[in-house]
Amino acid sequence: MKPNVLILRAPGTNCDYETAYAFELAGATTERIHVNRLLEDPSIIDRFQIMCFPGGFSYGDDVAAGRVLASKIRLRLFDAVSRFKDADKLVLGICNGFQILIKSGILVADDEIGAPATLTWNDSGVYVDRWAHLEVKSDKCVFLRGVDKMYLPIAHAEGKFMGRDAAVLDALEAQGRLALRYAPGNNPNGAVRDVAGVCDETGRVFGLMPHPERHLDKTQRPDWTRYQNEPDFATKVGDGFAIFKNAVEYFA
Amino acid sequence: MLWEVDIFAAPGLPDVVGTETVADAADLGFSPNLTLGFARGYLLQGDLSREQVETLASRLLADPVVERASIGVVGDAVLAESLAGKTGKIVYVLPKPGVTDVVADAARQTAADFGIEPEAVRTFKKYWIDGVDAAEIERLARKLLANDAIEQVAFDELGFDSLQVGSPYKFELKTVAIRSMNDAELETLSKQGQLYLSLVEMQTIQKHFQDLDRDPTDVELETIAQTWSEHCSHKTLAGRISYSGPEGEIFFENMLKETIFGATVKIRENLGSDDFCVSVFADNAGVVKFDDEYNDCFKVETHNHPSALEPYGGANTGIGGVIRDPMGTGLGAKPICNTDIFCFAPPQFDPNELPNGVLHPRRVIKGVVAGVRDYGNRMGIPTVNGSIFFDKRYLGNPLVYCGDVGLIPVDKSFKEPKVGDLIVAMGGRTGRDGIHGATFSSAELTSESETLSGGAVQIGNAIEEKKILDVMLEARDRGLYNAVTDCGAGGFSSAIGEMGEKIGAEVDLNAISLKYEGLSYAEMWISEAQERMVFSVPKDKWPELKALAESEDVEAIVLGEFKPTGRLVLKYDGVTVADLAMSFMHDGRPPVIRKAVYEVPTVEPITVKPEGVELPGQTAVSKTVACPCCGKESGKTSATLDLEAILGSLNVASKHWAIRQYDHEVQGGSVLKPLVGVACDGPGDAAVLRPRLTSRRGLVVSNGMNPNYGDYDAYWMAASAIDEATRNAVAVGADPTTISILDNFCWGNADKPEVLGSLVRAALACRDVSVAFGSPFISGKDSLNNEFRPEGEEPIAIPPSLLISAMGQMDDVAKAVSMDLKEAGNALYLVGETKRELGGSHLSLVRNWVGGQVPTLDVDVAKRTYIAVHKAIQSGLIRAAHDLSEGGLAVAAAESAFAGNLGAEISLAAIKLAPAADGESTALPGVENVDDYWKLFSESNSRFLIEVPVEKSCAFEGILCEAKVPFAPIGKVVEKPELTIFGADGTVAVQGDLADLKLRWQKPFDLGGWYAD
Repeated sequence: MKPNVLILRAPGTNCDYETAYAFELAGATTERIHVNRLLEDPSIIDRFQIMCFPGGFSYGDDVAAGRVLASKIRLRLFDAVSRFKDADKLVLGICNGFQILIKSGILVADDEIGAPATLTWNDSGVYVDRWAHLEVKSDKCVFLRGVDKMYLPIAHAEGKFMGRDAAVLDALEAQGRLALRYAPGNNPNGAVRDVAGVCDETGRVFGLMPHPERHLDKTQRPDWTRYQNEPDFATKVGDGFAIFKNAVEYFA
Repeated sequence: MLWEVDIFAAPGLPDVVGTETVADAADLGFSPNLTLGFARGYLLQGDLSREQVETLASRLLADPVVERASIGVVGDAVLAESLAGKTGKIVYVLPKPGVTDVVADAARQTAADFGIEPEAVRTFKKYWIDGVDAAEIERLARKLLANDAIEQVAFDELGFDSLQVGSPYKFELKTVAIRSMNDAELETLSKQGQLYLSLVEMQTIQKHFQDLDRDPTDVELETIAQTWSEHCSHKTLAGRISYSGPEGEIFFENMLKETIFGATVKIRENLGSDDFCVSVFADNAGVVKFDDEYNDCFKVETHNHPSALEPYGGANTGIGGVIRDPMGTGLGAKPICNTDIFCFAPPQFDPNELPNGVLHPRRVIKGVVAGVRDYGNRMGIPTVNGSIFFDKRYLGNPLVYCGDVGLIPVDKSFKEPKVGDLIVAMGGRTGRDGIHGATFSSAELTSESETLSGGAVQIGNAIEEKKILDVMLEARDRGLYNAVTDCGAGGFSSAIGEMGEKIGAEVDLNAISLKYEGLSYAEMWISEAQERMVFSVPKDKWPELKALAESEDVEAIVLGEFKPTGRLVLKYDGVTVADLAMSFMHDGRPPVIRKAVYEVPTVEPITVKPEGVELPGQTAVSKTVACPCCGKESGKTSATLDLEAILGSLNVASKHWAIRQYDHEVQGGSVLKPLVGVACDGPGDAAVLRPRLTSRRGLVVSNGMNPNYGDYDAYWMAASAIDEATRNAVAVGADPTTISILDNFCWGNADKPEVLGSLVRAALACRDVSVAFGSPFISGKDSLNNEFRPEGEEPIAIPPSLLISAMGQMDDVAKAVSMDLKEAGNALYLVGETKRELGGSHLSLVRNWVGGQVPTLDVDVAKRTYIAVHKAIQSGLIRAAHDLSEGGLAVAAAESAFAGNLGAEISLAAIKLAPAADGESTALPGVENVDDYWKLFSESNSRFLIEVPVEKSCAFEGILCEAKVPFAPIGKVVEKPELTIFGADGTVAVQGDLADLKLRWQKPFDLGGWYAD
């Protein structure tokens, strides 16, 4: 079947158009829906197979990145999203979406102490836009099937993955949930264990800081002009496309 | 009750802000003994229990994984303790009451989701400072921690226990007895009332009200002052100017109309059916054709004076304001990219030499970059192109140019408010912010400006603007309004005054929704509070628009109606507080008449500047800087040392520190990014993007500017700026016949004939070159009176600073070309003619030379060159192209080489210098192999360094020969990562290791410390 994707937008969401385009390119249908509609009627999400939290600055990232929308989800949409998760459906959070997923407890559930992991300020203390080489470290994540390396841009100020302690990280790593890592020398923010993306225990909920929707086209790579003359250039697609393709094919 | 929540980094985690602040303090010359601990915090006012505050602290305000919170009622002893164990004097820094505090607003609103409802919230920064005495701490607070324009400081204790903003306003109609005033009184009124109108203008207003046989109300006077301000009416440049210069005596009825607009009119005639202009100099941005379905529009604005007082807020609202221009063009364009160009004093400026009322350049630079970053990134608009220039004359008056390009459907490109339409305001609420911004931006800065005009400084709220954009685009496509414009300088006064100019408008000021109580009716009307748009809405569409706005948490209110009276009528509490004829507001201003003179300095031979004489804007680093690798300078040729010095001069040096803080890829259309090459760190010539994801058509954005040339001849400075913007665009693949350009003049005090003279001279060059290139000006802006007057000293005027922004197109982005060398063995060409032009050059800068010929421009050769180079790019003959500008061939070759991490072997022998004119001196001080020097460092316009595969050389040369474009094969790309340039006699003129050259180029402006030795 052709999956229907809910692209959730909120004040300050700004990657919704290109993310919807990425899913459509991969064969899905999409709807961009404002979070206010969901708060009015959470059952809206039941008619979708994939739910995507795109990048941006939801509610300005004021207070902390993703915190305001994450709080609304924790307090008012948690059941609906959990039901969606349990129905063998997919959830993807990109950049700000990853921050929202992790701070709402959807991606890594709270334990008796509280939230075990978070995304916080880059070591540099400033926003940075650059490209990073990535490595897939487990086969758990549905979105990363058949992928072992990717080259994608990151663009964030609060993308440093942190666990509460080593025990938390060891547990997540043992479950294969620290699925996407920055390649050696590519960690842009000081994330522990070079974590760039994390999935939940089912592998069907995935959050990542890099932007796969920004590497769909052959002309998006920062050094693409160096490959302009190569014979296969015309047919090249960007590394990020695989993530959307995998999501769509999960329902094939 | 007023609760305080202090938030610290968790044990074992670094205090990032604290460490950064200590480093900044050291930059400003504070004692190395200084220690500092930081906490961010919130003040929560209301009837809240400790449990409620703890809930908010642990679940909303702080992140328990990485932070710890300390809670108490303001004044509690526990709040004096730093959880990070820091000691010392406590300093609180808070936004002043009424200053935008988006984080506090978000915290207050989100608390409601937890069922907790504080009445008021404010954020603060809190420091524990030790190691220096109280006086030093006070100085640190003033110089670094806080900005008095928007922030208040409290030492040891907060000093208040409630957050009150505003008090009720009691209506009282104010009139100004202008009819009885003498000239002196009129001038006093103009200055003290911050109207900044000339005596003639004040007399005209006086006469108008004498004829009406009544005195004006305060709001009438303010409205006229806003409408007649330089900022809103460009009265000087669009006024009468009698000019005398090398061109002879010229009398302009309307200088802009007869130069820049005139050029566009002529080009459109010449283009006939190929005319690609849609709407020029008419709307908030200039509109040109993009493809069959969409047009694109471009506007560049400046926000100089606010940025001088509060760099973050000034730049923040500068970009926020210019984004509203395309949004307010036609029926609303979608912003697709931003550009920004800044002019600063050098960051190494000696802190002890800083005049009163001036912020240190480092603070200005960091604040401006952060301000642009936080607004553009949050709006989701990629910042794709820019430049940064350094000159000491920008010390008290930095320049902040912000540009925005929008995409708009062909059938939505025009607007027309209709009689009977409702006047609808959408977006942020109105506060006292920005009052007098329009008039203030037209006045000269003084050391008192900050106290005088602090109200003109604001902080933006990007998300409010993004929300308006989301609603506006939907409403536009549903056809819910007939016109839209932005509230910029002059607020509602300008927006509604302009929109209703041809009809008439009646406004009920009571309808305006306020941030806080206490604004007078006049303040409501002229407030320049950010993030507001005005719509002209048919009555039957209003309910749908209102519902749409509400569904996305955007406030929309009806302020009044466009009534066919030809008058602007304002009411408050049912009383008419203003009743002005639109005709008087818009046509009643007396023409400004100015004298302008320009004398072209005679070209002197190049000499070393006399001892003690300061070169304007000397910003070069010493050229004997030791090699970062070996610490020695052993055996380098003088040309190699000069190249290294130029690469390390601030204008040329890498701007990665700023560029990397901007999102240049959001919206997914990025094709050529600001930094290109193997390691993504080479200086791209121009940006290429694909604004429509479903199309291959590309948009090219570039800029050209060189204030150094203005010290030699404003005509050639302007011509060079247009040429640079054009060649940058052509270098990456833009079709030269699709290029449209924008002008932004930032000049000194135009009341001085010689200052205005250089501006007129520049405008004449703009006219000539624009027509010759067939590149129409589609929009422009000027900012005059860019002077700073230190206490009791002569004013420091900025150098004439003309920014040319260019927008071009290409049919298929896959044909784009970047500047990094691609493949060993490929041939290298110098395209264009090299003349002996080192006046205002960067070689002169690093050698402390004065004199020489400033780069000139042969428009015919230039045009042929651009068409030929574009043809070669379209034919796939070119692997890399880099424009030659500051530092000439030597710098371009070094940059292309290290960006591609491939060496180059170049010989100067094949380059033919243009023959010297009679009596032209060809000597250079202390230089033997002069011709090699001219060839290496001359900054002649219209030149490229181009890489071509050997098998395509013949075809490439063919195209150039056919077009009669001068060129020279100068060498080849090599594997070995080294730049070697042989002189005409075959000896080595320049030799450098690429890694070393790159580091010298990366380090000088590496404020983030990315590239340590």
